[in-house]
Amino acid sequence: MANTAHAHAADAADETRRDFLLHTTAAMGVVGAGMMVWPLISSMNPAADTLALSSIELSLAGIAEGQRIKALWRGKPVFVSHRTAQEIDEARKVNVAELRDPQTDQVRAKKPEFLIVVGVCTHFGCVPQGTASTEVRGEFGGWFCPCHGSVYDTSGRIRRGPAPLNLEVPAHTYINDTTVRIG
Amino acid sequence: MSTEKSGPTGKSAWRKAYEWHEARLPIVSWLDHSLGTKYPVPRNLNYWWNFGSLAMFMLAVMIFTGIFLAMNYTPHVSLAFDSVEHIMRDVNYGWLIRYMHANGASFFFIVVYIHILRGMYYGSYKSPREVLWWIGILIYLAMMATAFLGYVLPWGQMSFWGATVITNFFSAIPGIGQSIVTLLWGGFSVDNPTLNRFFSLHYLLPFVIVGLIFLHIWALHVPGANNPLGIDAAPADKIPFFPYYVMKDVFGLGVFVVIYFIAVFWFPNALGEPDNYIKANPLQTPEHIVPEWYYLPFYAILRSIPNKLLGVILMFGSILILFALPWLDTSRVRSGNFRPVFRIFFVTWIIDVLILGWVGSQPPEGIIPTIGLIGTIWYFIHFAVILPVVGWLETPKPLPASISQPVLQAAE
Repeated sequence: MANTAHAHAADAADETRRDFLLHTTAAMGVVGAGMMVWPLISSMNPAADTLALSSIELSLAGIAEGQRIKALWRGKPVFVSHRTAQEIDEARKVNVAELRDPQTDQVRAKKPEFLIVVGVCTHFGCVPQGTASTEVRGEFGGWFCPCHGSVYDTSGRIRRGPAPLNLEVPAHTYINDTTVRIG
Repeated sequence: MSTEKSGPTGKSAWRKAYEWHEARLPIVSWLDHSLGTKYPVPRNLNYWWNFGSLAMFMLAVMIFTGIFLAMNYTPHVSLAFDSVEHIMRDVNYGWLIRYMHANGASFFFIVVYIHILRGMYYGSYKSPREVLWWIGILIYLAMMATAFLGYVLPWGQMSFWGATVITNFFSAIPGIGQSIVTLLWGGFSVDNPTLNRFFSLHYLLPFVIVGLIFLHIWALHVPGANNPLGIDAAPADKIPFFPYYVMKDVFGLGVFVVIYFIAVFWFPNALGEPDNYIKANPLQTPEHIVPEWYYLPFYAILRSIPNKLLGVILMFGSILILFALPWLDTSRVRSGNFRPVFRIFFVTWIIDVLILGWVGSQPPEGIIPTIGLIGTIWYFIHFAVILPVVGWLETPKPLPASISQPVLQAAE
């Protein structure tokens, strides 16, 4: 605007005032745009009906010792393993310090005979094999992910392969001896 | 800008990066010529000239809210109605997005109607802006199609029966009419295939409108904008679009958005039909079926003619006649400000259209169809008789020599 030093000095007060107005207007514009973008982005988050369906109750009565089942929870498989004494023993005698994601089996299984984990490989989200007795269980007798070869043990802990973490243990509570609520 | 640091060559790094990019894709210069400092606009535009940019704003609102609605909507006859209620009740801010979209359609039409009336009053359709005017009519037709298709999607009673009635317009075509309707439906009634294709086309057409707006603005830039005096603006009577008209448009936008959101927040269903909150029922037509308000005058024309084919022809003709408007209006003076006789008939025509709109909202009983018939006849007389004759006979007021001349004279 001001081409000479003289004019610049004369306009100095006006320039500041104009700059202030410009910046407050721009700031209001940004706030307004943000207020408009927020609901649009927020609408992509889980809706109320999705959130309302986020816990399930599961009966463990029908699961025989040595049997593993899958349940659907939040659109993902949950593995429930009724472990044999040998499987529990294998899971508990491991030196935790050597594990990639150190966790004791006691922390992961509230009741030693039942292991409940989310059946989603912590690498890139495939469902590991090993729930059905006919599937590959890997050398630690737990689960084996066919996508990139991650191997989990009978406690669902990562033992070999690219996955960084153990299979997630979902929040769950035993309502009674044979019924568990997941989520 | 004056505080920019200069490099050894006298150019800032920012400036050099900008020039590097502009040499490869001159998009900033292009924008500057389109809607920036290199686009000269007559200095005397009034607030009626705000509605073009407001229409573009509304189109953007409709596209953005529509994209997010489509993420939660299911185009299936057994799920569509429930998925809209799901949006209203369960989706975060779904009520806001849907009310913005539904009311946005109405406000888009309000803005466009004012934009069209401004063009009609100030003679913006006259030489050399005929093609600009034509593209505008195409945009309007595309808008009406898009709005109709969108209104069907919630699959309420008005959706269903509106779709049935409007697709049946084509059954008026002699011989092949029914085959065309079957083709449009993808079946023997409005049903799931119809809903699916309507959703697809409702998503497509807004982007066709975006393309048409591009052409509309291109055609605007060739002769430049008209102005309230309707005379060609001398270069000295023009100011750059940025910052002057950008700021004016932003101010107008602020006022407009307040009114728009008053409707969205406090009167979201004022312009809607309660019957559309009843799920579509192919066995039961609502007692009183009316289209959305923006179609009412044309709906009145359709109903006022006691002949199926002729009614449909006149309804479409009432819009298509606008294509001939640049030649039907024989006056060489553009602005209505200098045409005292035209002004009277222009206002009369607006009243006529409002009466037709009211007729369209009423049940077709008693005196209503007669009023509709008279209104329809006057609608066409205005374009086919009044405008040519007034153009020949009227003595316009003297035009100023330039835009600044009357202002400078008044100052003396």
